[in-house]
Amino acid sequence: MAMPTIGLVEMGHFLLLMAFAVAVIQSVVPMIGAARDDSAMLEVAKPAALGQFACLTLAFAVLMQAYIISDFSVANVATNSHSSKPMIYKISGTWGNHEGSLVLWVWILALFGAGVAVLGRNLPDRFKARVLAVQGMIGLGFLAFIVFTSNPFERLDPAPLDGQGLNPILQDPGLAIHPPMLYLGYVGFSTTFSFAIAALLEGRIDPTWARWMRPWTLAAWTFLTLGIALGSWWAYYELGWGGYWFWDPVENASFMPWLAGTALLHSAIVVEKRNTLKSWTILLAILTFSLSLLGTFLVRSGVLTSVHAFATDPERGVFILALLVIAVGGSLLLYAWRAPSLESGGIFSAVSREGSLLLNNLLLATAAATVLLGTLYPLFLDALGGPKISVGPPYFNATFLPLMIPLAIVLPIGVLMAWKRGNLPSALRRALPAVIAMAVIATVIVFLVAPKSAMATFGIAIGVWVIAGSVFELLSRAGFPNMGAARVWNRLCGLPRAAFAMTVAHIGLGVLILGVTVSSTAQVERILTLAEGETVDLAGYDITLASISDVRGPNYVAERATFDVSRGGSEIATLFSERRFFPVERNNTTEAGIDTGLLRDIYLVIGEEVEPGRFNVRLYYNPLAFWIWGGAGLMGIAGLISLADRRHRIGAPQPARSRRPADAQA
Amino acid sequence: MRRTLFFLIPAVVFVVIGVFLGLGLTRDPQVLPSALLDEPVPAFDLAAIEGHDKPGLATSDLKGELMLVNIFASWCLPCQVEHPQITELAEEGIKVQAINYKDKPEDARQWLDALGDPFTRIGADPEGRAGIDWGVYGVPETFVVDADGTIVYKHVGPIQERDLPKLRSVIEGLNG
Repeated sequence: MAMPTIGLVEMGHFLLLMAFAVAVIQSVVPMIGAARDDSAMLEVAKPAALGQFACLTLAFAVLMQAYIISDFSVANVATNSHSSKPMIYKISGTWGNHEGSLVLWVWILALFGAGVAVLGRNLPDRFKARVLAVQGMIGLGFLAFIVFTSNPFERLDPAPLDGQGLNPILQDPGLAIHPPMLYLGYVGFSTTFSFAIAALLEGRIDPTWARWMRPWTLAAWTFLTLGIALGSWWAYYELGWGGYWFWDPVENASFMPWLAGTALLHSAIVVEKRNTLKSWTILLAILTFSLSLLGTFLVRSGVLTSVHAFATDPERGVFILALLVIAVGGSLLLYAWRAPSLESGGIFSAVSREGSLLLNNLLLATAAATVLLGTLYPLFLDALGGPKISVGPPYFNATFLPLMIPLAIVLPIGVLMAWKRGNLPSALRRALPAVIAMAVIATVIVFLVAPKSAMATFGIAIGVWVIAGSVFELLSRAGFPNMGAARVWNRLCGLPRAAFAMTVAHIGLGVLILGVTVSSTAQVERILTLAEGETVDLAGYDITLASISDVRGPNYVAERATFDVSRGGSEIATLFSERRFFPVERNNTTEAGIDTGLLRDIYLVIGEEVEPGRFNVRLYYNPLAFWIWGGAGLMGIAGLISLADRRHRIGAPQPARSRRPADAQA
Repeated sequence: MRRTLFFLIPAVVFVVIGVFLGLGLTRDPQVLPSALLDEPVPAFDLAAIEGHDKPGLATSDLKGELMLVNIFASWCLPCQVEHPQITELAEEGIKVQAINYKDKPEDARQWLDALGDPFTRIGADPEGRAGIDWGVYGVPETFVVDADGTIVYKHVGPIQERDLPKLRSVIEGLNG
């Protein structure tokens, strides 16, 4: 089995070394070129970025090939794959481990570098060369990490007859695409980091800079949003506890850059429109990627124990820590040196669109900081000689939610404010229709759902407030209620896509708030034992354990429970829940049977046989559960809509452009 | 100057976090606080691996002298990685006992035939019951048990070349 690829695997290793060499050129030559204003040296940046992408694409393909043909002479394949695994999991096994996931990491980094090289036609040469050089430096650090500590192409001699398998819990379609999505997100923020560093080096930040950076921030943010949503959805249906977010260190690792990235997306608008908040925006651009790097460190070094941790190796931890110190420490020092000299732009009053965006930023940044504190607290305590502890949901719920509530309350008023100097009474007056809509809808919902607590009522009201306010803002931008329906419609059609994107994203947030509030406050949970043929009631639904049977999958055997779900005598669904045993990995997984509806999920899980013929079962009625991922999905779609705005492609008006060529040659 | 200091705040905060991250690395996450540390070995009695020539293992066998108890399985690749080191320790005269965890007898026999059998006694734990009593998180794990039958040290994961000095110092500390 090992014969056909002898050579190919070594070629993969060689390609990694090539990429490393190219990264050296990419990080050094354009930087010297920028310092000396040598256009020949600046021109090296683009082919280097493309060359690095080509090398890494081929290297990644070689590794994937080794997984596809189950080449167990490669140590990485032998430890993480098995010949009996379905093809999709052989392929996803490529990045389901430490070495492979790092190759994916640098490949995506190179993908974004190549993207800037090809798509950034409107960028001035010197600026673009610096962006690509910074991109090259990050690549250099991580390629060194791979080449020196985590070679994915290491051979195993003698080759074992078969592999060790992949953790069964990771063998799932959702999880096959979750890591690439997540990486596209947080590695994508490398571009905003590079844009920030390049701008600090240039010593100039203006609205044009914010406009150049915007599509890259948006792309990364969109992928990260979708990646986090996928991960949480996976946790929901795969872990079998009806939960979807656990404040696990690894979840937090992806959530912190999301919070910072969301703040960045908003503050960059202020730079673009008003040429102010510049040093803050630069700092956010640096911090967002720094948090991504920190996430990589936490996951890869194993300093925090987590259900997601792959392998722990202190040597690797030291290496990533060194990378982190160089990248983050270096960029923050550069920031401290250059940021004070940035001219501050226009001033604005606290009550204005800028003011509300600043508040949004402070809340999001504080939220990111509280998550960071909660995630690292066990580490602090341990380092100070305290006990080993883990910080759980109570801390996060107590600190994170109080920050999100004012954020959601201010949002609909903020979007109605004028730039520079807003007027609170007038904004409130304009928000009146939204307030009325919210009051009506919230009353109806409160009447229908009859929430059991004040908390639930409050959460529902906030969710509706955000949605009503967002819809109203879009309509008012089109002239409602001062103009006729036909004119409003016409003007609505003429609005830029970015305006719709903002509305959709904010509606998504409202939907998410409703989903989280209702599913957590009105969930019905029943844990009991059932025998075949027995029926129980679950929130008005009749759940019957119809049968238990043994089934055989491609690489597992399972005990499958068939549940009949009916209501008032009419059949609604037949659901299957399985307890799977994977013989190769000697591990169990649980598959929940879920009937997803617009308004509620029925979520059934089979447990162990407690006495002959009687099984433990966990039954959940999760109202509005779908809204959680629906809301996150809307945010992701909003990102895509905004990316499709033609203003990004044609670059719109660029006041600075005429000066640029002269700049580059001066 | 005041302005520069203000802009240095993020870097200073990062330095503090960085120091803690560094300290975190010096604390081996594999040293899990084992509830069994400084406790007597749990009560268990395991039969020999079916068809294998080494006798089984029980609590009463873990007394009288210092020894290692290695939890291994044929399906576990890291066990293969640590096997040369385990063999080396056994050849130095340290008594190494084993528990064959969640394994099939024929697989275990084949594995021992292929890689060598440095163990004095091997208890077969096909269901992993004894593993639960020993608080096994994942194979391989190795315990150091002193002459009184008390667990004094636990190593999680494969014993690699670089782990040997630490292990030897634990053992010598007890013997000396």
